[in-house]
Amino acid sequence: MLQDKDRIFTNLYGDFGRDIVSAKSRGDWKDTAALIAKGKDWIINEVKLSELRGRGGAGFPTGMKWSFAPKEIKTGRPHYLIINADESEPGTCKDRDIIRFEPQKLIEGCLISSYAIGANTCYIYIRGEYFNESKILQEAINEAYKEGMIGKNACGTGFDLDIHIHLGAGAYICGEETALIESIEGNKGQPRLKPPFPALVGLYGCPTIVNNVETIAVVPTILKRGGKWFASFGRAKNTGTKIFCISGNVNNPCNVEEEMGIPLKELIEKHAGGVVGGWENLQAVIPGGSSMPVLSKKICDTIKMDFDSLVEVQSGLGTAGVVVIDKSQDIVKCFARIARFYKHESCGQCTPCREGTGWMWRMLERINKGDADVQEIDMLMDVTKQIEGHTICAFGEGASWPVQGLLRHFRGEIEQRLTFKNKKIA
Amino acid sequence: MSGKHVEKNQPTSFEFNSANLEKINKILKKYPSERKKSAVMPLLDIAQRQHDNWIPYAAIKKIAEILEMPHIKVYEVATFYSMYNLAPVGKYFVQVCTTTPCMLRGSEKIVKLCKKYISEKEGQLSSDNKASWVEVECLGACVSAPMMQINDDFFEDLNEDTAIKIFEGIKSDQLPKFGSQKGRIGFEPNKRLTLVKN
Repeated sequence: MLQDKDRIFTNLYGDFGRDIVSAKSRGDWKDTAALIAKGKDWIINEVKLSELRGRGGAGFPTGMKWSFAPKEIKTGRPHYLIINADESEPGTCKDRDIIRFEPQKLIEGCLISSYAIGANTCYIYIRGEYFNESKILQEAINEAYKEGMIGKNACGTGFDLDIHIHLGAGAYICGEETALIESIEGNKGQPRLKPPFPALVGLYGCPTIVNNVETIAVVPTILKRGGKWFASFGRAKNTGTKIFCISGNVNNPCNVEEEMGIPLKELIEKHAGGVVGGWENLQAVIPGGSSMPVLSKKICDTIKMDFDSLVEVQSGLGTAGVVVIDKSQDIVKCFARIARFYKHESCGQCTPCREGTGWMWRMLERINKGDADVQEIDMLMDVTKQIEGHTICAFGEGASWPVQGLLRHFRGEIEQRLTFKNKKIA
Repeated sequence: MSGKHVEKNQPTSFEFNSANLEKINKILKKYPSERKKSAVMPLLDIAQRQHDNWIPYAAIKKIAEILEMPHIKVYEVATFYSMYNLAPVGKYFVQVCTTTPCMLRGSEKIVKLCKKYISEKEGQLSSDNKASWVEVECLGACVSAPMMQINDDFFEDLNEDTAIKIFEGIKSDQLPKFGSQKGRIGFEPNKRLTLVKN
């Protein structure tokens, strides 16, 4: 288990004040100017050394993403940093508590990261439902301005940074970085074709780096304690600490910062008080938010929670939103509801996704009632394959993978349900 | 992408009040001067808050005028995002999360209570015209499921008893304090192993 001295988010549970004075007493804004004085290259290299991978779901190496920003800032083409706080992935609620309890970590991270990529303006895009959290963050930003930590000559470094909050309005797709950019530009949130990538052509056509809240909030600590320190947790390419959100059928649902690669069983039993009814009552776990394929109990017995271990079992770490499903739940119903989520949230731009998400939902609803033929299981799998890889953004994968996971691990039960029902009708 | 219910009886005009006009001026400063359109979402939000939690078409035209954009583009944004109401909702607008993590912990029971205490049909005003309820997708509070949002506030860690208290509170205009109804501060576990307070 990760020791308290190695936790980055020491106020994750809101035990202490979120105000800037309390935050400073916990080490925030310490030596920030000295870190910036070491220069862009040093900052980016240190982040590369830490092997930090994006905490928003895709797990892209952060240092590498930053190095894609043009070195030179051309006139009329300012650089932007955008913080993705559009946390909407079912099973995920980590960024909300960073904003509520550790806002200065995020703001300090914004300053350092903006400096590294040459951005003088940073937008924080928060989902509209987190209205109270946006008020807390605005207060924290105001405090940081007042104390001279951001604004003109931030921390006395000669570097200027403005931070603005932009509230979303209830669209899951705006968590996709190009949809988010469209949304800030005042359009409906529909993803853009890539390339060009936002690092070169992003907000207002200018170079833009989009990072998740947790990614940016860990940057100051990484620089203060060293990239090597962060990389000493977990294993190569799967380093650091990570906030896990454990929800569903556990005795003590909670968020916890743990070492990357912690066994799933240990995570659930130690921190979340175990599965309701005991480990043997476990039916399945969604390991990284609803888009990541479900794991059978057999996999859960031994799986370690990091990016590459989960890819090996055809799933993914995603946002590390761990949804625990016990044996009292109807697994098909659980996934029919997830399919309904994706049907509701499809932006409608690409036909395979717009139509396919509805098909998947309706088929799962029928299968749930037993009102389907066994042959339709293959047809459902085929629909998922027609969506996956045939859309502009990764929503297509996010919508199809949960259904594929269900069919992979629970096909037997579905077949049984349909055969039994069909016999009964006959 | 969701179908939107649009009110038939529309007011003929809409003006932002002076406090909101001041707010709008501040908001416009967040974006480059030639990118006024970026303010369309915050302006829709202000209009909705000024106009009893729903946006009439006249407000959409007003926003288009302020931001110098075609009003159909404002309308396009207003219909795309689920939080913009284009028809009246209750003074207490109850949104129950029913996505899988909440479903696993009993959100269906909360929906049943909405039907009993507010209105039989989703989106319908209660008989005292005070409240309406809808089912919504994940609100990002999965660790304190089941939960619901009433206007701006999250009511979390619900069970049937606490949900009933809230619905009765609506009738008497006395809602319990928002947040966890089990007394949690954040998403800490009931039994702490980490960050143990001294």
